[in-house]
Amino acid sequence: MGKWTRRAFIASGTLVGGGLLVGVGVGVAIRPGHRTPELAKIVESGDEVLVNAWVKILPDNSIKVIVPHSEMGQGVHTALPMMLADEMDADWSTVSMEQAPAHPEYATFHLARHVILPGKVPGIVEDTLTGVFLKASEIMSLQITGGSFSVRSTGQLGMRTAGAAAREMLINAAAEEWQVPASEIRAQNSYLHHDASKRSAPFANFAKLAASLKGPEQPTLKTPDQFKIMGQSVERLDIPPKVDGSAVFGTDIDLPGMKYAAVKAAPVFGSTVVSIDSAAAEKMKGVIKIVNLDTGVGVIADSYWQATKALQSVLVTYTESAANKLSTAGMFEQFGQDMDAAVANGKEQEDFVKGDARGTLAQSDNVVEAEYRVPFLAHATMEPMNCTAWVHDGQVELWAGLQNPLGTRDFIANKFGYETDKVTIHNVYLGGGFGRRTLPDYPQQGVQLANALPGVPVKMIWSREEDIQQDHYRQAVISRFKAGLDESGTPISWENQFIDKHDPVEAPYIPYAIDNQFIHYTSSPTHVPFGAWRSVDHSQHAFFTESFIDELAAVAGKDPYHYRRDLLAEEPRIRKVLDSAAKMAGWGKSMPAHWAQGIALQSSFNTIVAQVVDIDMSSGKPRVDKVFCAADAGFVISPDGFIAQMESGIVFGLTAALYGDITLKDGAIVESNFHNYKMVRMNNSPDIEVKIINSGEPMGGAGEPGTPPIAPAVTNAIFAATGKRIRELPTSKHDGSYSLS
Amino acid sequence: MVELIVNNVLQKIDVEPDTPLLWVVRDDLKLMGTKFGCGIAQCGACTVHVNGTPIRSCVTPVSSVVGKTITTIEGIADSTKGTELHVVQQAWIDHQVAQCGYCQSGQIMSAVALLERNPTPNDSEIDAAMSGNVCRCGMYGRIKAAIKSASNQVQMYQPEAMAAPSDSGIEENNNG
Repeated sequence: MGKWTRRAFIASGTLVGGGLLVGVGVGVAIRPGHRTPELAKIVESGDEVLVNAWVKILPDNSIKVIVPHSEMGQGVHTALPMMLADEMDADWSTVSMEQAPAHPEYATFHLARHVILPGKVPGIVEDTLTGVFLKASEIMSLQITGGSFSVRSTGQLGMRTAGAAAREMLINAAAEEWQVPASEIRAQNSYLHHDASKRSAPFANFAKLAASLKGPEQPTLKTPDQFKIMGQSVERLDIPPKVDGSAVFGTDIDLPGMKYAAVKAAPVFGSTVVSIDSAAAEKMKGVIKIVNLDTGVGVIADSYWQATKALQSVLVTYTESAANKLSTAGMFEQFGQDMDAAVANGKEQEDFVKGDARGTLAQSDNVVEAEYRVPFLAHATMEPMNCTAWVHDGQVELWAGLQNPLGTRDFIANKFGYETDKVTIHNVYLGGGFGRRTLPDYPQQGVQLANALPGVPVKMIWSREEDIQQDHYRQAVISRFKAGLDESGTPISWENQFIDKHDPVEAPYIPYAIDNQFIHYTSSPTHVPFGAWRSVDHSQHAFFTESFIDELAAVAGKDPYHYRRDLLAEEPRIRKVLDSAAKMAGWGKSMPAHWAQGIALQSSFNTIVAQVVDIDMSSGKPRVDKVFCAADAGFVISPDGFIAQMESGIVFGLTAALYGDITLKDGAIVESNFHNYKMVRMNNSPDIEVKIINSGEPMGGAGEPGTPPIAPAVTNAIFAATGKRIRELPTSKHDGSYSLS
Repeated sequence: MVELIVNNVLQKIDVEPDTPLLWVVRDDLKLMGTKFGCGIAQCGACTVHVNGTPIRSCVTPVSSVVGKTITTIEGIADSTKGTELHVVQQAWIDHQVAQCGYCQSGQIMSAVALLERNPTPNDSEIDAAMSGNVCRCGMYGRIKAAIKSASNQVQMYQPEAMAAPSDSGIEENNNG
């Protein structure tokens, strides 16, 4: 294994019937000797030859890349094949993809989770394969799943390595067949060429011979100047089936003899069924079975409409607890009391400490305080949660759109007492994810229903009301600040206390040079379940910190862009992104009456994003006319795909900033559908301009980093236009209260 | 038993009359491109054409469209007379509109209906026609750009491309 740790390897071997298999893996449970036949059994079909754990070469010399991540719109089913194909010198026009089955050998987790290394990986080891795996483990500590992770980990480390390994193995096979040195053979557009002897042949001709050769221990990756596909905007592979209706989402699963189910869970999280009166429902046409799900009830019927109608006539009573009395106002009151108590009793949970924030505050010329609030938010993916399950022959098969298919497989196996190899997951297109489809609650319900009707496939689809009221929510948070300014208005002390901390750890940390900082948090649990929501903690903390720094600039009497800029002298990379956004937007340009600009920035998932908003407050309500977005993600694989992710992240964050508000009454979620959980639509969607900065720094994410800065950019613009500081989202809470300047 | 003309095929379906057209199209006719999003006509994912007019099939009882001509996402390519995709579908690819793609059948159906009515919509006409369709991935800018380029296509190259499909040549299919 040479320099490698015993946990990171490229495994290669011969397939039954010939052919070559190369796997890139990490983990104690996967041994090279076991990997080959296992993978071949799962992935090889027809006359395809499996050349690599992530790639197949077909007899017609076209290439199929096997992608172990879910497509939920982030373009990963295209970006990952691009990375592999580039390293392989493949002909992009012949590259297609298929999604990997939910099997441990495709587990993205296994790329990294068995390699535990605290701290940063030194840059010097990144060029080695061991280095890239160590780097993967570092990234894993930031986020275990989700779109921002796929390209950085699986792509950078798995796909590129696999593509390079496959290319080297094919070249070695050609060298043997042609009896020339491997160094004289070049790969181009899925062909191998030996220029001196004028010989050329397609990759496919060498697949079987390559299988008998030893795989490379350390394939050489390209440098960015050698990229041919990475860095180019290519058409996404998943778009054609999404314009003619043929793309298969979870709701589209159709199996012979399938029945349909509608469900309704307890409105108050944590309650369980006391009694079910289903007498009326059982007599309704098409109804097959009423199922007690313990935390709710389901109806299985011949058609989905019959199930939906019958469900409405099922009467259920649930257990009650103190949670049944909680309302949004009471919850924020509880947060505030718990925060007060933590400070009064010295029970602050330290998050980040530098210098002496409280001591310095006392010596400040000017003390600024503010309290901010954000509400719970639901994901509201366009496709409501759904799952089709079929219990038969001692096993369970499950069809759903899942962000974490392998974790779901383990969860179902444990929950229902199956061996894992008796649980088969068929993952399909996700009609939106945003973090929601990492959770196994809807697959669990699907299997509960299928268990009630063994041998018959059952398709369960949540109503939109169920989807909004049975979500796992972006945390509602209070965040309090105290800052001290010196006589020039420069901050010398920064204290921040907030409710609850999830991931990523650095979300509340500021990039600004303030010598004395005390950032701490207080737990204040409620019965409302937490779920990762696009950018997770960054979405709220960017609003808090970027609003408060804006407040400090106002108190100091300084321009908010230049105030930030001056505090970023030690962060030239961030400052460059901020400058780019300001320049794009023509910061300080003259604008119509009641128009203004707002600026904000946040680094998340290794990508720095700054945004400037042009806002029109002439109607008294915010109308975001244009968003200028500058982003440094190190290196962008597919520029148009990255721009689309920024656009998407901005609109997603704008919806939250303007309208997003999930509230509690008597312990239950009040909002139910798109009429009272409003979305940005075509008529209030801003123009968006995106500038990509390829700094060459380690690669950052794309799916999430566009979201965090938009809310503070909007509220900072509202302040600039009206003088009114928005400290509680959404802005719709404040309609009509703006004083026009 | 109800009779519908869906994508130029006469369909006879045994279904309760209050069943929304959405579920008839999806589960009885197996045309899965039309999506369920909200069930209360708030998101537009279920948009189909009834006699050329875009409607929300999730709130449309099948009994109310008996004998009418229904077009779903699977049926619009025919109207381009010979090309594989409708110009609007091609514009959606050219502008790389879809992300998750779940809402896009409904978006495309609304856009096709708009251009049939008004081949040269301005921004506010596009806003008015398209704001019933939610795209949670937020691809509104690309949708608007795609509609504009489809509009140009229609005017420049295919003046008849937006004509509604003819009622002649209807096939029969009995799902009863």
